[in-house]
Amino acid sequence: MPLSWLVLLVLALAAAGYFIGRIRVLKLAGGDIRALHSLPIYYGTNVALSVAVPAIAVLLVWLLAQPTLIERSVSGMIAPEMIPEGSNLNLVMSDVRRVADGLNTAISGGAMSLAEVEAMDATVVDVRARLGELGVALGQDVRPEVLAAAKSYRSAAVTGNTLRTLIVLALAGIGFGISFSKTKPDYRARNVVERAVLALLMAAASLAILTTVGIVLSMLFETINFFGLHNWRDFFFGTTWAPNFRGDSELSILPLLWGTLYISFIALLVAVPIGLFAAIYLSEYAGPKTRAIAKPLLEILAGIPTIVYGLFALLTVGPLLVNMFGQSGSLGLGWMSGATSVLTAGIVMGIMLIPFVSSLSDDIINAVPQTMRDGSLGLGATPSETIRQVVIPAALPGIVGAILLAASRAIGETMIVVMGAGAIAKFSANPFESMTTITTRIVSQLTGDGDFASPETLVAFALGLSLFVLTLGLNVLALYIVRKYREQYE
Amino acid sequence: MYDTEKLGTDVNQTETKISARNVQVYYGDTHAIKDVNVDIDAKSVTAFIGPSGCGKSTFLRCINRMNDTIDVCRVEGDIKIDGEDIYDKRVDPVQLRAKVGMVFQKPNPFPKSIYDNIAYGPRIHGLAKNKADLDEIVEKSLRRGAIWNEVKDRLHAPGTGLSGGQQQRLCIARAVATEPEVLLMDEPCSALDPIATAQVEELIDELRDQYSVVIVTHSMQQAARVSQKTAFFHLGNLVEYGDTSQIFTNPKDERTESYITGRIG
Ligand SMILES: Nc1ncnc2c1ncn2[C@@H]1O[C@H](COP(=O)(O)OP(=O)(O)O)[C@@H](O)[C@H]1O
Ligand SMILES: [Mg+2]
Repeated sequence: MPLSWLVLLVLALAAAGYFIGRIRVLKLAGGDIRALHSLPIYYGTNVALSVAVPAIAVLLVWLLAQPTLIERSVSGMIAPEMIPEGSNLNLVMSDVRRVADGLNTAISGGAMSLAEVEAMDATVVDVRARLGELGVALGQDVRPEVLAAAKSYRSAAVTGNTLRTLIVLALAGIGFGISFSKTKPDYRARNVVERAVLALLMAAASLAILTTVGIVLSMLFETINFFGLHNWRDFFFGTTWAPNFRGDSELSILPLLWGTLYISFIALLVAVPIGLFAAIYLSEYAGPKTRAIAKPLLEILAGIPTIVYGLFALLTVGPLLVNMFGQSGSLGLGWMSGATSVLTAGIVMGIMLIPFVSSLSDDIINAVPQTMRDGSLGLGATPSETIRQVVIPAALPGIVGAILLAASRAIGETMIVVMGAGAIAKFSANPFESMTTITTRIVSQLTGDGDFASPETLVAFALGLSLFVLTLGLNVLALYIVRKYREQYE
Repeated sequence: MYDTEKLGTDVNQTETKISARNVQVYYGDTHAIKDVNVDIDAKSVTAFIGPSGCGKSTFLRCINRMNDTIDVCRVEGDIKIDGEDIYDKRVDPVQLRAKVGMVFQKPNPFPKSIYDNIAYGPRIHGLAKNKADLDEIVEKSLRRGAIWNEVKDRLHAPGTGLSGGQQQRLCIARAVATEPEVLLMDEPCSALDPIATAQVEELIDELRDQYSVVIVTHSMQQAARVSQKTAFFHLGNLVEYGDTSQIFTNPKDERTESYITGRIG
């Protein structure tokens, strides 16, 4: 039975179980809902869950396990000396799978009988041509050992599938039987269903946490691999970034870190004053009407995909800066040679961060109690004195937290720097030069066509992990500060 | 000072500080203060009492134009301080508020040191010529606020670290530091415990020799203890105004009597 049918059948059984459970319990209670421990829907849901959950869970495990198990047993049939020159076991096994698929198609399409397939002999029949007739294209002639492996692969798979169907249906049936017999008016169906809901929620939460742990661990392992191939002193304390696919590269994080921090610094130089002033205007001066229009408009900025900002950097801001500071620019300074530069990326990233800074600061300024403003105004201070000397100092810790969060986003930002910053790793204080960042190097090291196991590729993981540690530290610090600030006014 | 016998002394030889005529206040369409006329004496304590929502705070905030900071609020009528109309176009509300200090219901020290809290007003208004001058103003104000002894060793600790009662006296000292003539207090003791309340009440009684104090309170005992005159508000109207002893012993209006005896409130 095909997989989709099996799933549908189980779900249909569960749906049927739902109604049967409801009807049965109502009948047992003589139609009186008050005689039941729980509402009828809980009895129905309990039966449906008992039918579906174990069956589907086993099905999922089966689906994951069966291919691996069959593959392992069948690959034993291919002896190492049977693998052709320039190929490997994986390639041969994928041939086996395709032939097995072809045989299956042939049988289910009625073109060959089971016996014919079993009797087929690669030394006699041209299997490639035979399958080609049936619409299964193969890349090369099928060798006898591959055909043999494919046959046993196919039969194992067919047996497995049959077994799978039987077991899943049996489980559904058992689940139905047990829950049906339990469905009595004094059965605490509501508690059972609620525990199932709790389990679902916990599963979702642990999945999220486990994924994070998994990501960090995989980065960690690759990073350890990298440090096995490359000197960690060069990575952390070297001064040159010069990957070289012939080997013997210098891979130091420091020039990249410099570029990252420099660009982030310029971004903050743009975003913090503008964002903060916007927040002050919106929270302290703007009337409700202006606020209602301006706030959403600012937040639209936050919804623009970063690739669009990247385009904006590459096609608008970069050329504009060259027109001003370039060789034949309007200022005649000749400071800038190309559109990509620290300044280009920094300005555009700053624009991206404005709504981030302003909406966080706005929240924080609004959290300063009105009584504080009244106190200052009541002493004869003007609104702007009140803001400068009371509101902002009171909100300062929170604002610092907001700035740190913005910095951590700037450090992790990729698309804008890929398109706007350039690719040259160096220590330079000149903002008109192009420079590169940790994130851009990760992209280019992984998208190159180098060997995956070379230090030039693996360095991406070490860079990624360093970046992760950096932004994590900033985030933790920022959240700590913001939380402390919130407590102050609660 | 907690017995009523002292009440009503030295009321006669006082002059009028604040006079309000036909004052109306609207919040949008709500008519919150209806046709209030009142003359408040200089160098005495005047209490505003009345059930909650009757407009005591609203009227108090008219006296230093704090209502200007509320968009929907509109004030009509005349309020004069020393014969000058404070709602005149030429009067800057910011300067008026330096002259008419205000203490709020909840202690609201700024998140600064005790010293900077007191120095805030004098700095803004340029009252000190130099650091020594400022030090002197701070000390004098803290003494007036009856809190000098408790904080003199930690002037540079944050004002928010004090206890509630200390914070409120700090706020009173802060208001006093700008050398106001009138001190408005909106339920200054409602967030304090009985001991802190007693300390603040004692302070209010001392402030009377220099300032005209107007205090809103929901506690009739407090009004009786600290004030020389009492105004009873009800539903936006000033129902009765007179010597505190008379209001509490012999009210003329039956609404006042009902409130005093606890039948409305
Ligand atoms: N900011 C405001 N906006 C609208 N209505 C207000 C505002 N402040 C007070 N009011 C209304 O004015 C009336 C008087 O309030 P208030 O002066 O605070 O009373 P009290 O201080 O005597 O308890 C109440 O009905 C209240 O709802
Ligand atoms: Mg009030």
